[in-house]
Amino acid sequence: MGISQSVSPPLESELRSAFWDHVQMIPDGHKVKTCLQCGTCSGACPVSHAMDITPRGIVALFRAGMIEDILKSRTIWICASCYSCTVRCPAGIRVTDTLYALKRLAMEKKIYPDKFPVYALSKAFTRNIRKYGRNFELGLGFHYFLKTKPSKLMSNAKFGMGMMKRGRLATRPHKIKNLWEVRAIIERAEKIGGGK
Amino acid sequence: MKYGYYPGCSLEYTAKPYDLSCREVFKALQIELEEIEDWNCCGATMYMSQDTLTAYSVSARNLSIAEHQGCGEVCAPCSSCYTILRKTNRYVKWDPHARAMINDALSAADLSYTGGLEVRHPLDILVNTIGLNRIVDRCVRSLEGYRIAPYYGCQIVRPVYHFDDMDNPTTMDRLFKALGAEVVEDYPGKVRCCGGMLMMTFEDVALDLNADLLEGAVTRGANCIATVCPMCQMNLESYQPQINAKRHSNYRVPIVYFTQLLGLALGIEPKKLGLDDLLRPLPKLAPAKPMEGVK
Repeated sequence: MGISQSVSPPLESELRSAFWDHVQMIPDGHKVKTCLQCGTCSGACPVSHAMDITPRGIVALFRAGMIEDILKSRTIWICASCYSCTVRCPAGIRVTDTLYALKRLAMEKKIYPDKFPVYALSKAFTRNIRKYGRNFELGLGFHYFLKTKPSKLMSNAKFGMGMMKRGRLATRPHKIKNLWEVRAIIERAEKIGGGK
Repeated sequence: MKYGYYPGCSLEYTAKPYDLSCREVFKALQIELEEIEDWNCCGATMYMSQDTLTAYSVSARNLSIAEHQGCGEVCAPCSSCYTILRKTNRYVKWDPHARAMINDALSAADLSYTGGLEVRHPLDILVNTIGLNRIVDRCVRSLEGYRIAPYYGCQIVRPVYHFDDMDNPTTMDRLFKALGAEVVEDYPGKVRCCGGMLMMTFEDVALDLNADLLEGAVTRGANCIATVCPMCQMNLESYQPQINAKRHSNYRVPIVYFTQLLGLALGIEPKKLGLDDLLRPLPKLAPAKPMEGVK
């Protein structure tokens, strides 16, 4: 798996306490401590074959004190939020939500896997909400591919034209009327929650 | 009961056919559907994975507006919006701490939300509240000739049990059978994931997931796949050329919204249901057969 062993102790403990801060926001989040290591989550996951560390392995690494390796893995970015693991876990762990917590931690600490700028998509998405109140699909796709895989822009352009012809792609964003409300809510929520 | 309609961002454009057919079907069945005024994006999994409280607060604005509009329940056709709004609603309803924090955030916009609404999917409203009898009574033609693979995807059955089984949901199966169609009952992809946004970030992985979904339907003789979610529809419909190239296959499967099929049975014009706007057109039915004889 190519997992490095060089996690320096202070960073690990800092990451660990930051992780628990994020987990506190999940109802029953503490249940991650009760993992049986049975592997049901990995078996239920439709994309675990494409992960470098399986969901079960994530918890094992966490216990072994290797959070940095978790944050550098593709796993947390490849989860498609299908919740198969969550509904099957015999210990009642909200695995999907726990992976979200790890994503948030990775973004907060700016620790990412090499060459997988998936977080760029997340960032572009939330930026749209702040700017318009709604998602702007064309802008989101353009921005994301421009930043990550510019070569995809051309092949996607043809598909975009087809959708546009059918009225299924907006060429300009739709700004909601009371955008200030959304912005005020975001600002206040970020202050109360500390961005967690 | 007045339903607060939350179309969500996808239904404005990429899933326009879903929006059109949903509104038409509710109109034909005389169910009051009122759009939530000036709604905003629910935040989807994207916000949830970045900042929990902000994600809940942003999506709670929609519930707050719906409550003030006097809606009894919210109708959310997009599976992702449905999950996010339900999650938010559940926390406001059952967790006093979350309720206080979310309301604190909402107060910045002079809004508040008590948690008094219920968030529901149109499939649930139509089949479980309106009921198959009332629907069949209003249908003017049978869907005989269609062999439908019912695809539920992830988020209307998970993460919390709501209106149907998590592993083998049957709400759509029952609906289509009542409308006279044949249903692929042993469709193995029923609740498998389409990959959602993975199609943008890890295309290779997502193509395989979708290829399996198409194969499962085609090998069981389906002539269309019915979906309940704009993300699933988009992935399954528009990536067929890439899937065919990767798998050396030749899939040309129409991917339709369940409301479009229901609309046809209700006698609504195909154009009004957005059927002309699909990338893979649904085969036309044989001359209209009346509903008589349909159980």
